[in-house]
Amino acid sequence: MHQTFDAALEINLLHANQEGADHNRAHFDAWGITCLNIMSSPGAGKTVLLEKTLAALNQTLKIAVIEGDMTTELDADRLRQHNVPVIAINTGRSCHLDSKMVAGGLYQLEHQYNPSDFDLVLVENVGNLVCPAEFEVGEHAKVALLSITEGEDKPLKYPVMFQEADCLLITKMDLAPHLEIDVNRIIANVRQMNPNVTIIPVSAKIGEGLTAWFDWLQSQIPAAEKIASKLPDLTSA
Amino acid sequence: MHETDMTKALILTVQNWWEAQPERPKISQVHLTVGQFTCVEPVSLQFAFEVQTRNTFLEAAKLVIQETPLVAFCHHCQQEYRPEIGVQYACPECRSPMEDIRSGRELKINRIEYCSDSAESYASNL
Repeated sequence: MHQTFDAALEINLLHANQEGADHNRAHFDAWGITCLNIMSSPGAGKTVLLEKTLAALNQTLKIAVIEGDMTTELDADRLRQHNVPVIAINTGRSCHLDSKMVAGGLYQLEHQYNPSDFDLVLVENVGNLVCPAEFEVGEHAKVALLSITEGEDKPLKYPVMFQEADCLLITKMDLAPHLEIDVNRIIANVRQMNPNVTIIPVSAKIGEGLTAWFDWLQSQIPAAEKIASKLPDLTSA
Repeated sequence: MHETDMTKALILTVQNWWEAQPERPKISQVHLTVGQFTCVEPVSLQFAFEVQTRNTFLEAAKLVIQETPLVAFCHHCQQEYRPEIGVQYACPECRSPMEDIRSGRELKINRIEYCSDSAESYASNL
């Protein structure tokens, strides 16, 4: 007769990814780097937002980008025009970045540059509103983008992404006059599940809201004195 | 698609446990808890498990998934409620936002059920 036994495991299914994420974060902390994980559906405007961000903050902050893309380096090439290190990670068939892939990016950062020089690493995740929400990569904060063309209901349909976000950018605001969309409805839908998220409506095209985004971004970087020393000296001008 | 990766992680975890057992027992069931407020689809997980365990030590093992509902606690009303995923997350009574999730985010390997081979051979010798 078979005798059956039970072994209690009580292990999180994602524990290996979580351990990797904690490991990455420890590296970021040791290097004095703030890491943001930027997520959205494909085409919401992550790359153009990063282009504007690099153009505006490149002089003030030392920034590197980890660029997740399923098969191409098209986005990475766009960002390289801004003379910042862009580490491209092709995820292949995988629809999200995981902590191991980002660890590979950190290895490159460590061996090709001096990581302690950097203030900020922006991780552009693969365009997808589902999986990236479950896979932490070692970030200090999560930024979600939702373009107004995607519809008011998306926060209700993809709740985990919007519930996890620390900052939500509602993008393509310049299109608002041409659409039948209630931006307040989007905001109310997000607030239902995430009352404390910072919400910033932006248009990368016409510049609306970008100052608020840059302010939020800089507020995430704890070493204020480190940055202050890098600001252009206005008094001597 | 990410269920494939999660299944890989699941199999590795179970394998680590199995290899640490001196008698390498035959695993009959692997029990998971999957919350409804996660990005994981149990049907996809089942399918991935079936495919990925073929011709492995887990070939005969059954994946048993227990789903847990999304339950939130409203601090204003001092009671639990069940948000309607895709429709309404705020408290149905007072419309306070969903802040305190009590269940539904679980992704856990609970336990393994196994038959001891040594016990089996001992029994067959009787």
